[in-house]
Amino acid sequence: MTLTLNHYLLVSGLLFAIGFAGVMLRRNIIIIFMCLELMLNAANLSLVAFSRFNLTLQPNLGPNPLPNYNGQVLVFFIITVAAAEVAVGLAIIVALFRARQSTHVEDINSLKF
Amino acid sequence: MSPFLFYLFATMTLIFGVAVVANRNPVASALSLVVSFLGLAALFVGLDAYFIAVIQVLVYAGAIMVLFLFIIMLLDLKAEERRKLNLVTFAGGSLVTLAFIAQLWQVLRKFELGQTAFPPLSERTVDDVQNVGKTLFGTHNLPFQVIGVLILVATIGVVVLSKRELK
Repeated sequence: MTLTLNHYLLVSGLLFAIGFAGVMLRRNIIIIFMCLELMLNAANLSLVAFSRFNLTLQPNLGPNPLPNYNGQVLVFFIITVAAAEVAVGLAIIVALFRARQSTHVEDINSLKF
Repeated sequence: MSPFLFYLFATMTLIFGVAVVANRNPVASALSLVVSFLGLAALFVGLDAYFIAVIQVLVYAGAIMVLFLFIIMLLDLKAEERRKLNLVTFAGGSLVTLAFIAQLWQVLRKFELGQTAFPPLSERTVDDVQNVGKTLFGTHNLPFQVIGVLILVATIGVVVLSKRELK
């Protein structure tokens, strides 16, 4: 039995679903943040799988298929943006904790109608 | 990648992903997330994306998760006490997630291109980092510079946010 693109897409989708369920079900803001990271990584997995699946022919190297590196560069950008996002998000969480002494989302309801 | 290794690492990634959501203790969640990311990095190696796999381990499993653990310990979070479960929220969240999985299954079942095996790669892929670098600095040079500015802005933002009182 050989591995197909669908195997990777299924794993990626399930990982995304797990992260999504975490965002919906958990009430701790740090766990919610971790689940966001999980969802970003699920997208990365499908991007890398597609980059490996959709080979490019290098014109100057003859019939010499390589992975489509555009996908991997996009993954690189996603990882970079995720790192920046984590730094800012955690700074906001620390500021929030200073103000409210809690990381529970139901304790943070000043804007709630 | 042999199917056995794929199933091993995919199961590892998914099980520890569930552990992130299921654990009550934030430190245990963060450590589960590290293992999940390591499994994902192994899957990247199986897809011949060596550079991305290394970056995944260095940036995610290294830097980002250390930041998470640092903040958890700084805030001194204890394991959550059991609060009364909001049944409507729980049912709604589970329903949307299950609907998403069902949808995914339907789409993948009908996606015939995805049911073919991965085409073979040439021998020259050992210089993976070189190829990624050429694409990054050649085709995608402007986005790369923009990302640099973004990180600068994020750094300044974090410094401003971390000040004692915001003015």
